[in-house]
Amino acid sequence: MGTFKHGIHPPEKKEISGDKKIRRFPFSPYLIILLSQHIGRPAKPIVKEGQEVVRGQKIAEADGFVSVPMHSPATGVIKKVGTSLDFDGKMTPSIVIEPYPGSEQSVQTGQDVNVDALKPEEIVKAVQEMGMVGLGGAAFPTHVKFSPPKDKPIRTLIINGAECEPYLTSDYRVMLEQAKRILRGTKIVLKALKAEEAIIGIEDNKKDAAQVLKDTIAIDDSAVNFIKVELLKTKYPQGAEKMLTKALVNKEIPSGGLPADIGVIVSNIATVSEIGELMPKGQGLIERVVTLSGKGIDNPGNYLVPLGTPLEFVLEQAGINDKARQIIFGGPMMGKSAAYLEVPITKGTSGIVVLSEDEVIPRNQKVYPCIRCGECVNVCPLYLNPSRLGILARNDEYDKMAEEFNLNDCFECGSCAYVCPSNIPLTQYFRIAKKVLREGRKRKESMVGTPEA
Amino acid sequence: MDAGSILTAASAMAGLGIILSLILALANKKLYVFEDPRIDEVDELLPQANCGACGYPGCRAFSEALVEGKTAPAKCTVGSPESIDQIATLLGVDAGGADKRIAYLACAGGSNVARQRASYDGVKTCQAANLVAGGGKGCTWGCLGLADCERVCDFDAIHMDENSLPVVDAEKCTACGDCVEICPKALFSIQPMSYKLWVACKNLMANEAAEDECEVACTGCGRCAIDAPEGVINMIDNLAVINYNMNEKTNINIIQRCPTGAIVWRDKKGDVKGQNAKKIIRKSAIPLG
Repeated sequence: MGTFKHGIHPPEKKEISGDKKIRRFPFSPYLIILLSQHIGRPAKPIVKEGQEVVRGQKIAEADGFVSVPMHSPATGVIKKVGTSLDFDGKMTPSIVIEPYPGSEQSVQTGQDVNVDALKPEEIVKAVQEMGMVGLGGAAFPTHVKFSPPKDKPIRTLIINGAECEPYLTSDYRVMLEQAKRILRGTKIVLKALKAEEAIIGIEDNKKDAAQVLKDTIAIDDSAVNFIKVELLKTKYPQGAEKMLTKALVNKEIPSGGLPADIGVIVSNIATVSEIGELMPKGQGLIERVVTLSGKGIDNPGNYLVPLGTPLEFVLEQAGINDKARQIIFGGPMMGKSAAYLEVPITKGTSGIVVLSEDEVIPRNQKVYPCIRCGECVNVCPLYLNPSRLGILARNDEYDKMAEEFNLNDCFECGSCAYVCPSNIPLTQYFRIAKKVLREGRKRKESMVGTPEA
Repeated sequence: MDAGSILTAASAMAGLGIILSLILALANKKLYVFEDPRIDEVDELLPQANCGACGYPGCRAFSEALVEGKTAPAKCTVGSPESIDQIATLLGVDAGGADKRIAYLACAGGSNVARQRASYDGVKTCQAANLVAGGGKGCTWGCLGLADCERVCDFDAIHMDENSLPVVDAEKCTACGDCVEICPKALFSIQPMSYKLWVACKNLMANEAAEDECEVACTGCGRCAIDAPEGVINMIDNLAVINYNMNEKTNINIIQRCPTGAIVWRDKKGDVKGQNAKKIIRKSAIPLG
C-alpha cells in the first residue's frame, strides 16, 4: 500500500456525514457569484442589472488565460453587478442573482458535444469554457493545469480520491455515486493530456468507494488496461499533491517545481467527475457537492449546493444549533474560518464544518515557549524544520526563512501546529511570513502622502 | 648572533619602511578624494534615527543629498525645528518646510461603536488576524485594534485607547511612516497638520448597511459634500473624499450636519464633531453578534 513518511493521524470524524447520500439543495432567495473565486484574474461580467438569465447561462467571461468564466446557477434576474464580501473579509467583484420562485433544477442551456471527436487542445479549451477549477479547495483553473509546458510530456494522471481532511466526505460520496462520470471524465482528461495511464489514489478508510470504482472500470474494456485504482494508507496529508505522487509513482516533485516536472498531473476526483458529466452536455459548472458536518449542524450530510448560495442560507437549511462555535470553510486542518454569514459557497468550497465549543481550541489558550522536542520535525511531510522556522518567524526574519529553510515549500498542512505540545501556532506564523514576502516590503514613499504646499 | 646580522635586518626593515611610506605619501596626493566637510557638519545636526522617513537610506545618505542640494532639510521629519533651521542656515538654503506632518488614522470605530461579528482567537497581531477572514470586524475596512502600530512605533507616539483604537500623539509623531507600512487595513497616512478637515472612515457601504456595523461610519449621505464649497468634497463609492488641493477653502461648518460624526475638524485640542452627530455614551465594547 502506497504512503509517504511522516504525517499525522487526526480523528477522522467521517462517520458524521459519510453515509449520507448526496442531496439537492434548494435555491436561496439570492445568489452571490464572486467573480474571483479561482486563482488568477477575476472574470469579466457580461450581464447588466435587471437582465434575465437562465440556469447555466454564461454571465461572466474569462479575462485572459489564467481565468475562467462564470455561469448562472439559477433562472432569475440580475440584481446587482458590484462588489460583495468574500471569506477573506475583502470586498471583491460579484454578480448577485435573484432566482425566480419555482425556477427549475434542470439545465436547458448548452449543446451536446461529441467529445470523441475533439482534439486534445479543444478539450482543454472546453474545460476553460465550462469554468472548471480544482474542486479540492485550491480552485486553480483546471485548463491551466492541463496545459503543461511542451517540453514536459505527461505520462501519468493521478486522480486524488484520498480526501485526507477530517470531517469531509464529499469526494467519498462522489466516488460511490458517480463512478461512471469519473470513468468518463478520466478518459477525457487522459486524452487532453496525451497521458498513458491514470491512477486513482484512495485512502484505505474508503475501501467500498475503491471497490465501486474498480468494478466500474473492470467492465469497461477500453479502460481496464490503463486506469488503475490504488489504495493508500490513511494518514494526513495523504491527499497533498507532493505526498500523493510520492505514494503512487514513488517520485518526488522537486522543491519549487510542479508535478509536470516528473511527468505527472494531479487532479481532484470531483473535478474529473464534473468534467465527465458536464463536457458531453456542453454545460458550465454551476453547483458542487459540499459536505456539511460538525456537531454544530443538525442535519449533517453531503449536499449538491448551487454556487453562490450564502452561508447563512446553507446553515439555516441544514440547521445550526446552539452548540455551534466556529464555522470553517473546508476541513479543520487546512480550511479557513468564516467571520461573515453572507459569504457565498464558491467553486473551492468542499465542505463547511461547524465545530462546537468542545471541539475547538479553548479561548485564550496559553502559548508556551518552544522546548525543541522535535515533534514538528517528525511530522512535517516535507522534511522542513518547523521549529526553527517558528523561531525565525517570531523574530520577523522572513527572508531567512525563505532562503535558508525553504519556507515556500510549506503548503500549510498544519501537521506541525497539530502536534506542538507548546501550542505554538506554527502554521499561522508561516502564513503571515509567506504573505509578507509575497507582497514585498512596499516602498514607503508610495504610501506617505505628499504635501501639496 | 653577531652585530652584522642585526644591522642587516634592521636596515632592511628601515629600508622597507621608507619605500612603503613613500608609496603611501604618493597615494595620498594622487588618490585624494575631496569630501565636502559640510556633510559631517550636517550629519551631526541630524537626529541619527536612521529611520528612512526622508526617503534616503539613513541620516548619512540624507546629509550627502542635502549638501548636493537634492533635497530640503525639512524632509527630515524626526529632527527638531531648531536643528532643521540650523541645517538650512549652514547650507544657505530654504528649509523647504511645509508644516509638520503626522500620521492620521482613517477610522474611528473603536470597540464601543463598531460591531464585532466573530471573535478572533489566534496570534494577537493585526497582520495575523487580517489573514483569518479579515479579522471578524463587522466593518471590513475598520481598525482591528490589535496594536501592530503601537508596537512598530519607534517614537512612542501611538497608544491604544480604552476602546482599542490607536491614538497618535502629534507632539511625538515624526511622520516616519512605520505605522502606514504595518497596518494591514491601510488606515494610516501621513498628512500635514494644516489639513483640519478629515474623514475618519473608509467604509464603502451606504446608509443603514454602514451604520449597522459601526455607529460612526460614513454612510455616504453626502451632506458634507453639499455644505462644502464646490469640489472640496466628492462622494466616491459612498465615502466622502476630501480634495486637499482646495484645503484653504475648508472650514468647520462643513462637518456640522454629519449624522454620524465620521467627518471631523482636527483642532489643536482634539477632533471636533458636528453638532448634529449623535452622542456616543457607551463606554464598554459592543457585545459579539
